This record gives sequence, C-alpha cells and structure tokens, in this order.
Amino acid sequence: MSQNAEAQFDTYQTNGFSSGTGARPFLDVRDLKVHFSTEDGLVKSVDGISFSLERGRTLGIVGESGSGKSVTSLSLLGLHKKADRKGRGGARISGEIWLDDEELTSADPKRLQALRGNKMAMIFQDPLSAMHPYFTVGAQISEAYRVHNEVSKAEARKRTIEMLDRVGIPQPNSRVDDFPHQFSGGMRQRAMIAMSLVCNPQLLIADEPTTALDVTVQAQILDLMRDLQKEFNSALIIITHDLGVVAELADDIMVMYGGKAIEYGSARTVFRDPEHPYTWGLLGSMPRIDREVQDRLLPIPGNPPSLINVPTGCAFHPRCAFAEQTGGASENIVPELAPAGANHLVRCHLPMDRRRALFAEEIAPRL
Amino acid sequence: MVTYIVRRLFAAVGLLLVVTLVTFVIFFVLPEAAGQTPASMARSYLGRGDVTNAQLQAVMHNLGLDQPLLVHYWNYVKALFVGTQYSDGTPQLIQCNAPCFGYSFRLELPVWPQLTSAFPVTLSLALGAGVLWLFFGVLSGVISAVKKGSILDRASMFTALAGVSLPVYFILPLVTMFVCYRWNLLPNNGYESFTANPLVWAQNMLVPCACLAFGYAALYTRLTRAGMLDALNEDYVRTARAKGLPERKVIYKHALRAAITPIITIFGMDLGGVLGGALLVEQAASMHGLGYLAINAINTQDFPTIMGVTLFGAFFIVMANLVVDVLYASLDPRVKL
Repeated sequence: MSQNAEAQFDTYQTNGFSSGTGARPFLDVRDLKVHFSTEDGLVKSVDGISFSLERGRTLGIVGESGSGKSVTSLSLLGLHKKADRKGRGGARISGEIWLDDEELTSADPKRLQALRGNKMAMIFQDPLSAMHPYFTVGAQISEAYRVHNEVSKAEARKRTIEMLDRVGIPQPNSRVDDFPHQFSGGMRQRAMIAMSLVCNPQLLIADEPTTALDVTVQAQILDLMRDLQKEFNSALIIITHDLGVVAELADDIMVMYGGKAIEYGSARTVFRDPEHPYTWGLLGSMPRIDREVQDRLLPIPGNPPSLINVPTGCAFHPRCAFAEQTGGASENIVPELAPAGANHLVRCHLPMDRRRALFAEEIAPRL
Repeated sequence: MVTYIVRRLFAAVGLLLVVTLVTFVIFFVLPEAAGQTPASMARSYLGRGDVTNAQLQAVMHNLGLDQPLLVHYWNYVKALFVGTQYSDGTPQLIQCNAPCFGYSFRLELPVWPQLTSAFPVTLSLALGAGVLWLFFGVLSGVISAVKKGSILDRASMFTALAGVSLPVYFILPLVTMFVCYRWNLLPNNGYESFTANPLVWAQNMLVPCACLAFGYAALYTRLTRAGMLDALNEDYVRTARAKGLPERKVIYKHALRAAITPIITIFGMDLGGVLGGALLVEQAASMHGLGYLAINAINTQDFPTIMGVTLFGAFFIVMANLVVDVLYASLDPRVKL
C-alpha cells in the first residue's frame, strides 16, 4: 500500500469502524506482507494488507484458494517458519501486527509461543487431520490447557470435560478418553473448538471452520461459535471462501484477491452495496434460494492469479468484465484501496459513480 | 485381542508346517531329481570312506530314504513333536528327544542341541545390534529431519549412505584390526557367555554388534528422516505449535510419536530376521551362531542341520510378524485386532 493510501486508511480507521477514541484497536494489522522465496521465484502470498478488529467483533476474510487468507491467519499466530538472513527457507514477513498494544512480527519466538493457544488461538479447517490420531481428544485439550496454566493433571482433565460439555459433546465424562477417529466430523470440530477455547483466548481465528462438515452440522458449529464469542467476548476472524458463513457471523468483511485486500467494509455494506467487480463475481457465484431470476449462477471466468507472476496493474483485470472501461489503467497501474463512502474501502480503477451505476443496472438484478 | 493372538498362533503353526514341507521337498526330493540315489545320499551323509552295506542300509532306513515320501515326511514332522531314534549303522540306537529336528550324520549329533547352543550367540548379536541401530538410527534420523539441509543433516546422510553401501564383511575386519589389535581397546576372543561374565560378554560383542548395527542404522536413519519430514508437515503438528507447545515437545512428542510407529514395526521384522541368523557377521567375526551353523551345514551338505536352521529361523520371522502386528495395534489406536 502506498503512503497515500495508508494515510487515507489511517483517517478512515479513526473515523470508521474503530472505536474512535484514538487508542490502538485490540488487533491492528498494518501493511502486512508475507513473501516466500522459492525456486520458481518470489511468492507474494500476502502483499500489504491492513485491518483492525476490536474484542467482541467478527471479521470475515473472504477469497478464493491462494488469495492469501490462510497465510494471513498463520502469520498472525507466528506459525510461519521465518526465512534466514538471506531471505531463504521460509517466510519473509514485514509490516506490523499489534495485538493489545504488543507488536508481534518483531516479537521473540518465546513470547509468541506464550501467546499462542493462550491469548490467541486458532480453529483449523479439517479437524480429522488437525488432531493427532494417536492421542485422546482429552489428552490433546488438557495439553493445550497445561502449557499455559500451572495446574495438576486432574484439574486440567476437569477443565477439559467442562469445555467438552460447553461445546455440546454428549457424555463428556466418557468421550474425553476417546480418540479423534471415534468422533463424528461435527463432534471433532466441536472438540477442536474446545481445544482452542480452553485458555479463554481473546483473539480467535477460524480458518475455514465449516468447510469439512455437512451442511446441517455447519449451521450448528456457526451457532456455537457465535454463542461462544459472546460468552468470551473475543475478537473473531473467520477465514472462508463461503460467503454464507460470513453473512451469518461477520461484522466486517475483507475480500482478498492475489494477496491484497480488494474490498473492505462492514458486512452490511459489502453484501448490499458491493463495489468491486470481484466481489460481484463472488456474490454471483453463490447459490441463493431467493434469487428473483431463476437463472444460472454467474461464475467468475478464469483462474486465481499466480502469486509469482501477478498480473500487471490490477491483479483482477484479466478476469474482469469491466477492465476495458478503465482506459488501459487496469493493465498498467496497481489501483489503491480507496474510501468509497462510510465504512467502505475498494481497490478499483473504475470511478465510484460508474461502479455504483454498473452494480445497480447490470449486477444487482441478476443476483 | 486374545482371540486374535490365539488365532494367529494357530496360523503360525500352519505356516511353519508349510515351511517344513518346502524344506523337506528341497532337501529330500530335489536331490533325487538331480540324479542322486538313496544309497549315494546315505553315503554322503555318512561321509566316511569305508562304509559297510549294513551301515548304509541302516542309515537309509533311519533317514527314511527307503520309505514312501508321505510316510517319510510324516515321520519327520512327528519327530518334531514326539522325538525319534536314529542309527548310524552300529547296533547302538541314538535317542533324539522332542523337539527332534533330525540327526546330523556329518557331525554325529542331533540338530536340536546345536541350535540351542548356537542361539545365545545369535541372540546376543541381534539384541545388541538391535538396541544400537534403533537408538542411533532414530536419533540421527530425527536430527537430520529437524535440521534439514544443515551440515549435520548432510553428514548423517553421508554416513547413512556409507552404512548402506559398505558390507559388514568389509567393515568388521577393518574395525577389528584397529580397535582390537592396533589400539588394543577391546578383546577379540569371540563369544563369551553372558551369564558367566556380562562385562567380558559386552566387550567381545561390541565390535560385531556395532558393525552389524551400522548397516541397519543407516537404513533407519533414512526411514526416520523421511517419516519425520512427513510428520512435521502434518496438520496436527501445526496444531501442536498453534497450542503454544515448546518446539521440543512438538518434535519429540507429536511428530516423533507418529513417525516412530512404522519404524517399530519394521524393527520387529528386522530383528526377527537377524535372530534367524546373521550369516555374514557371524562368519566374519567367527561367532558360532545360527548363521555360522547354517553356512557350515550348507558347505558340508548337512541336510538335517540346514533344515533345522531354516525351520528355526522361520519360527522367529513368523513370531516377529505376530509381535509386530500386536504391537502396531497397541501403538495405533485406529487399528483394531
């Protein structure tokens, strides 16, 4: 992000959805870049994203595979192996991650380890592969509790059973000694949630928490997460490609494309008045039962961009139906994330009026 | 679990009977197909120049060469369970108690006592080498995987390559020459009984065990390294890190726990194989174990002894397989017996 856009972002943040007191938000990510040096070239998985989040609020990060959303979440927890001094063998991370007035990208690994699972925790996508097959569910949850709390085994077990009960596992007293493969998919995800919440984290990141689950179970898990967030007053980041999930939970939405945020605003704005053609595409490819014109879905043509050879100019321009209306700018100039009304940032060359007219006339009737 | 083991034990007995049949065919049927007559086989069994006709007849009778094949085989199997009597042509009968693996007319001894006296040597070699190769193989494999690409990793991979490439009959004399003779660090007196003096036993076993272990350790280093690299990329290892576990626990508890399971099963089978006779190292170290016995028996066409060693070795491999399966089920909770 250029200096100019960053300044705009700052203004926007203080006036926008942060509390406005001037204090730093609970989670404040500034110009985060995560690059990997590979044999094929530099992979810019995350290329300068900024967002903020208060406790009790939910941010949805939406994008296709390879848009950088999971890499973002892993870098918040400091789970990337850092590159050596020559920039090889791991992630080059730059930018700032402020969690409760503590900067994390430059933090000591020991400090990050103390925060992980304690103040910030993560729910992973596929609970079957994310839980160790050789340890009981209870042992894995107790372990997470005992790393950060000096308690006896019996106390940790008691706490584990409480948590399993809280996330809705029936007969937690006996299920605590089961292995993950003895749980159903939904129960495993509940156990995973219990594991991530066992230390009362203030920041909870859920990476595709419902993708591996049946649709009926998805709704239960989303309800559970919403209840638990209220109960623990945690800041929640939901990472997903499923707009239905963020529609259920999120207060704010950031849409990512090619490692950059292309639209960022309150959930209401992004769903009702989306201004980026990519967001239109995402909305158009989502099946809806209440769609007025019972027409085919509107998939986005083409594939997500390579993160090594990112298209010049706007990364989305090869797939964008409106690219030619920018007079060639989209192929040469990287657009900036610019304010588009209250609580709304859009990275697009099209003038704001034109975008709104296009959406109202061409896109909205077909959604 | 218990029913599974009982079932497997019955299957093991059946399998061993098949082994007796195969060795029986190899050693009694095939020679005749190759032109040997019962008389010439009996003569080569006796191995002496001046043999009377009566002696030949007695040997042929006692070897069962004059019987139909099925009866002969039945007598062989029966002797395994209830024992039998042999004659070398003199009126004195030789008692061979169960389990009777046959009578070696070469050594003029029953086979079973030879097996029982050779077994402690092989057991010492196998257990000593097994402990060494499992410990060092897994240790260097873990270090290699964790420090992938480092000097340490390359050094251990190079050593592993050497271990796989250098045969034990090359390394053993070399190490023995330096350790036992040039530097006089350890004695080289062959096998000494463990029960008599454990220290002397250990001193004499160290070089052969280490040389036998070297090749296996090399293999296990590679296996462990590959398994650890896989495990370290697993989602559950990332979960362990996300919980805030210290890296030491992530590696040695979560990743190693997953990587070690296949290693343990392979270890069981390799150990079973070595217990059946470590031929090369026993020969190179002049340790009179099962492998040494087998090679001598093959050189002198001592068929009953070859059959005995084969059956004895097959027993360990079959049992090792059973132990490995039971162990695997207890290590991996997803496997039900």
